[in-house]
Amino acid sequence: MDGLAPDAIYSASFEGERMKHSNPDSSPVIETASTAAEQNISVIPPAEHQPLDARIVAGILVFACRLLTGVRARWLQPFDWTKPQIFYANHTSHLDGLVIWASMPQSMRNRVHPVAAADYWLSGRIRRYLAQRVFKAVLVQRGRVKNTQVVNVADQVDQVGADSNQSQSSGGHERRGVLGLREMSAILERGESLIIFPEGTRGNGEELGTFRSGLWHLARQFPAVSCVPVYLENLNRVLPKGSWLVVPIICSATIGRPLAVVQDDEHKTGFLTRARQALEEMMS
Amino acid sequence: MMGDQEFTLLICGILGILVVASLIGWLLAWRKGNTPVIINLNERIKAWWMMCAVVIVAIWSGAVGAIILFALISFLALRECVTLTPTRRGDHEAMFWCFFILMPLQYLFVGMQWYGLFAIFIPVYVFLFIPTRIALQGDTRHFLERTAKIQWSMMIAVYCVSHVPALLMLEIPGFTHNSHLILFLMIVVQISDVLQYVFGKLFGKRPIVPKLSPNKTIAGFVGGTLSASLVGMGLWWLTPFAFWQAFLISIVLTILGFAGGLCMSAIKRDSGVKDFGAFIEGHGGMMDRMDSLCFAAPVFFHLVRYFFT
Repeated sequence: MDGLAPDAIYSASFEGERMKHSNPDSSPVIETASTAAEQNISVIPPAEHQPLDARIVAGILVFACRLLTGVRARWLQPFDWTKPQIFYANHTSHLDGLVIWASMPQSMRNRVHPVAAADYWLSGRIRRYLAQRVFKAVLVQRGRVKNTQVVNVADQVDQVGADSNQSQSSGGHERRGVLGLREMSAILERGESLIIFPEGTRGNGEELGTFRSGLWHLARQFPAVSCVPVYLENLNRVLPKGSWLVVPIICSATIGRPLAVVQDDEHKTGFLTRARQALEEMMS
Repeated sequence: MMGDQEFTLLICGILGILVVASLIGWLLAWRKGNTPVIINLNERIKAWWMMCAVVIVAIWSGAVGAIILFALISFLALRECVTLTPTRRGDHEAMFWCFFILMPLQYLFVGMQWYGLFAIFIPVYVFLFIPTRIALQGDTRHFLERTAKIQWSMMIAVYCVSHVPALLMLEIPGFTHNSHLILFLMIVVQISDVLQYVFGKLFGKRPIVPKLSPNKTIAGFVGGTLSASLVGMGLWWLTPFAFWQAFLISIVLTILGFAGGLCMSAIKRDSGVKDFGAFIEGHGGMMDRMDSLCFAAPVFFHLVRYFFT
């Protein structure tokens, strides 16, 4: 129903990229990892309604978030909620995902999924509960992966090179592709929205880091979905990198205008530069 | 506190004023349509209903309710002050101390009625602690500025505000309901704000400090201060003061309220913001409502302490 084969095994690297693309001619692409330890499945139930305990915990978290950050969302233009969107934001703090998610109107929180790191959020019962049941996050794995076999990668993808219809062993060198692309695509196919952080890691709050290419792959694969920049301000002062103490500071989340659709001849760097500029403009 | 006649009378009075204000607001909206000024006016009136309700319930529920309310007010005000000051990563730990340890301690001392420590904790101990903690982090860039700004925020948002519930610890011979003093203080100061605004809008021509705040006019100041002092004089029965003492004290409170508003305007103008925040709809942030009270509260506390205990 949501495109995930139950026994599909994914592995991907946030540092590198790997392209996964559903091949229209045959069954969906499956990547196999060489070790079971790299297995990561995040199963997301369809967004019918939230169970009561998740709603209570969500309410508490949103309240705590408001108390700490007083965050209010500023929408630069009225929103079309019937289409799925990809919200991409600057990343400065562990609270970023929570803040954007909390700024969404309550009825939409069910259908907006933050993308988060699996290694962090699957370790420990509380984190798993929060990530899977409360936030309905899309969990993707980080870290370099070697010896990955790729099957049936479609050729309109990456400059790294399209593969033919056979499995290839990467034999020691890393294949580049986008992690979690499959899970993210599944969400968009369902008509729901994503929150991603293209920088990939927390910055210092002053400049934007380089954008990873996940946004590009998703935007190309789903031209009907709009990419919306979200600028988060002051969150690096609430919970900066390197500290576990929170300091209440008033923050803001400014949700900007959607990017123009990806053109057919637009190259990856062109698109990512444009996306980055849209976010930088909101920073001033 | 319950079944206390003066309190009930006061509540009825406040309710009456709010009802009249709401009616005026509706009338204006009906006759003149929903202009931005009228929308803002009605938002403000609605916020007044909320604030009065919260304060009255907190005070009616006793000392603990009042202390918790003002601790919360301090928390929100401190959050706004700190947001406006340009702090650096090196201030993070010191600020954590301020919000979660030092501010609650100040209110604990109020609750324990420990006057000696309550009066000097922030001006002496916190004043010495903050630069030390920041220095220990090692970042010396703008060191004195950062220290001074955080200390100032603590003084205004925590120290000054804590003098309001501290009124409960004063022992005034022949007077038992100290909560009335809190109400007296808040009513006189807030009415003074409103009346200065109204007189300013109606008769104000010459601004007092045009570079800082074009809205504060001489007519507004004089008219607002005098009329609010008359209101204070009219409330003498709530307090241990004679009516002429109530009048004089009210004059002092209203002048201080004006000073508080002026200083906060100066800070906002320097930071380039119009309001401290957006916590209270129609009014701005918590500090925008508390600025007059911050200046008036400590002086009121000490005047009462000096002359009446």
